[in-house]
Amino acid sequence: MIKIEINVDPKEGILDPQGKTVERALKNLSFSDVCQVRIGKHIILDIDLDNEDLALKEAEKMCKELLANPLIEEFSIKLLK
Amino acid sequence: MTKFGVIIFPGSNCDLDAIYVIENIVKRKVLKIWHKDRSLPDIDCIIIPGGFSFGDYLRPGAIASHSPIMKPIKEFSRNGGLILGICNGFQILTEANILPGVMLRNISTRFISKKVKLKVLNNNTPFTNLFSKNEIIELPIAHKDGNYYAPLEMIDELKTKNRLIFSYCENPNGSVEDIAGILNEEGNVLGMMPHPERAYEGLLGLELGRKIFESIVNYLENR
Repeated sequence: MIKIEINVDPKEGILDPQGKTVERALKNLSFSDVCQVRIGKHIILDIDLDNEDLALKEAEKMCKELLANPLIEEFSIKLLK
Repeated sequence: MTKFGVIIFPGSNCDLDAIYVIENIVKRKVLKIWHKDRSLPDIDCIIIPGGFSFGDYLRPGAIASHSPIMKPIKEFSRNGGLILGICNGFQILTEANILPGVMLRNISTRFISKKVKLKVLNNNTPFTNLFSKNEIIELPIAHKDGNYYAPLEMIDELKTKNRLIFSYCENPNGSVEDIAGILNEEGNVLGMMPHPERAYEGLLGLELGRKIFESIVNYLENR
């Protein structure tokens, strides 16, 4: 079994209303040095494969087909030991 | 006589309103189509209704856009069949790449449910032919993710090819160019955030939504 971590984040320049709202809330709590907040998704996959390269390739395919929308999001994939 | 089909996903919740309008207001046949079906019955127009298909998990419309029924729907679209996607239906059509762009969270981050004024930017379509150009109409909206976004080149193309169909008179959600509804390049698929199926008779306060369904019938039966 291979564990993979995927992060899907709003692309730079794409409006992130949720991040903006949390940013304002943090400033209201006197965290005045916060410049920007971006909120994305954190996805953990257990993949029933032995080959790490193959598992990473599978994960990339999943991101392209479903997990991320390339118009507004970017993704990163990491192998978890 | 025009036959409609309404696609139902787990979490669709405006399917019965659409069916009611078709049966009782425009008085045409309508079939319910389950999202797991792998083929379409003999119909002339597909309605993808509003709601929260698959709980809006991941992104609104993302999971529904991979349902088995989407394959025959894409084929139906390629063959020129009429498709109307309303609210979540619009989101499903963008996620399925049948329409360009994507819906972001409303700029206020809130769910907005209210009546809005819209401008009919193009009345030369199968869906809007009973309106006049630039007519101002009022329809309800009810969404949290209706903030239409597409890259600038795409917006320019939508504009120059008259594919912007409805725009908000007062932008409620942050959509670029006040976009409330767009058409595909071939002109047979309309996606819109406002709900025409909730505005079909005076008793409801708004009734111009019926004209979209009547326009479809007019286009299919009088062309």
